[in-house]
Amino acid sequence: MLSASHGGNATAARRAPEVRVHAARATSSEKEAQVRFQISDLNFFYGPKQAIFGLSLKIPANRVTALIGPSGCGKSTFLRTLNRMNETIRNTRVEGEILLDGQEILSMDVVGLRRRVGMVFQRPNPFPKSIYDNVAYGLRINGYKGRLDDLVEHSLRRAALWEEVKDYLHKSAFALSGGQQQRLCIARALAVDPEVLLLDEPCSALDPVTTAKIEELMFQLKDSCTMAIVTHNMQQAARASDFTAFMLDGKLIEHSETSKLFTTPTDPRTEAYITGRFG
Amino acid sequence: MSGARIIWRKSLNYVMLSLTGVAALGVVSVLFLILGYLLWNGGTSLSLDFFTKLPKPVGETGGGMANAIVGSLKLLMLAALMGLPIGLFAGVYLAEFGGKTFSFVIRYTTDLLNGVPSIVIGIFAYSLVVLPVKHFSTLAGGVALGIMVIPVTVRATEEFLRAVPGSLREGAMALGASKWKTIATVVLPAAKGGILTGMLLALARVAGETAPLLFTAFSNRFWSPGWSQPTASLPVMIYTYAIAPYDDWHRQAWAAGLVLLALVLVANLGARFLLNRGNTVRSV
Repeated sequence: MLSASHGGNATAARRAPEVRVHAARATSSEKEAQVRFQISDLNFFYGPKQAIFGLSLKIPANRVTALIGPSGCGKSTFLRTLNRMNETIRNTRVEGEILLDGQEILSMDVVGLRRRVGMVFQRPNPFPKSIYDNVAYGLRINGYKGRLDDLVEHSLRRAALWEEVKDYLHKSAFALSGGQQQRLCIARALAVDPEVLLLDEPCSALDPVTTAKIEELMFQLKDSCTMAIVTHNMQQAARASDFTAFMLDGKLIEHSETSKLFTTPTDPRTEAYITGRFG
Repeated sequence: MSGARIIWRKSLNYVMLSLTGVAALGVVSVLFLILGYLLWNGGTSLSLDFFTKLPKPVGETGGGMANAIVGSLKLLMLAALMGLPIGLFAGVYLAEFGGKTFSFVIRYTTDLLNGVPSIVIGIFAYSLVVLPVKHFSTLAGGVALGIMVIPVTVRATEEFLRAVPGSLREGAMALGASKWKTIATVVLPAAKGGILTGMLLALARVAGETAPLLFTAFSNRFWSPGWSQPTASLPVMIYTYAIAPYDDWHRQAWAAGLVLLALVLVANLGARFLLNRGNTVRSV
């Protein structure tokens, strides 16, 4: 698994000891194979147009699950059903069952759900507020009354941004670079301590160095978080994820361990896609 | 391509360019003509007395328009208190909640309201507020101006809220914010520079309105004793003084015009400043 997710990566090599420790822990907990999200027979509609067809998938806890597939295959739509963000779009309808730790999310209080399932978007979308206020936002709207300072620092540290911004906490978030803004958005999502972090192509607007930083971050977050990432970048899926799901035309084609999916795909369409023959 | 065609094309280009330039120059020069004339006539008649003294009785020279300046400010305050909240909330509704048909109706009605002649709004406020109590009042003038403030505020609010990227709304909602909380804590603050600018411009526009005040706030040669009594205001004073047969009154009318213009200019500059500050927050 280690070689599949971080093989030949310069960043991984630099942090080699840490990786080894982490990998050891990962294998010991692998036996538990706790399921965080269990999706059964999910159908999704934009008005009369169906976008997801009978999708069933298990998302294991404390792992990174990558969703790959050509544009318009429904992977972002699927990701957004997991925290019910699609409800903000008019005329959408969802059928099927989505269980988060065994609880049906469609009947859950949406605020509580989104607190447990955070999201990072394609383009960094910091609020037009200070860095501090961005991170504190989720805590404040959830009525958190404790000491914000510590939690803000903790969240920024978890997002590997603290050292870069600790002297500018009250400067506008727009003063940050694109990569810093994206890590700020991750810190903002982490501040409410979500169990799951959904990442919708979080690196598509970023350069390779920053992308590497965010992948490294995802690796560190596995201890405390389950992650699902939509990506167009297959190298990224191969590097950063433990499991990969391949989607095509709204259907789940194949889902397995990343190392297996990329080396010995069972479906010919998966093979065609990962070898770059379409999409 | 023949040489003649090229010359024809080039000269046409030149002529049209000159035409647009002359028109632009015309616009600017009209403004500067008004400004210069007002400065020349108003500036020479302006004195400290104008700001501190009440109008003198007919026949005496001197005096000022302190009551009209205060009256105008009171009217604007009333207009702001009544018109701005309604305009703001309606704008929020249009930008964030409204469905297709209903929004269209509201938007269309707002545009119509914007086009209603100010004298008609004056009659409306007259029959609504003045007739039932049978006397002119500051309040009636405030109602008339408040109605005029609404459409501009609605459209400015809607426009600037729409300019806020949807990704910010998604970001807030993904953190568990309700729709209203998202609007109140993220969307409105992001658009506040533009919205405040629209509000200031709306107020600046109605500051110069005369017609709706003629039979609502009416006028007063003394300090207005209260909100339910008639009050003097700068535009109505200008009207009264400009058509009077006394040279001294004419001078005072010019001075009042200058003060009114200065008021509007300050509001405009303030709006510009707010808008710029709003932008810096967004783009630094």
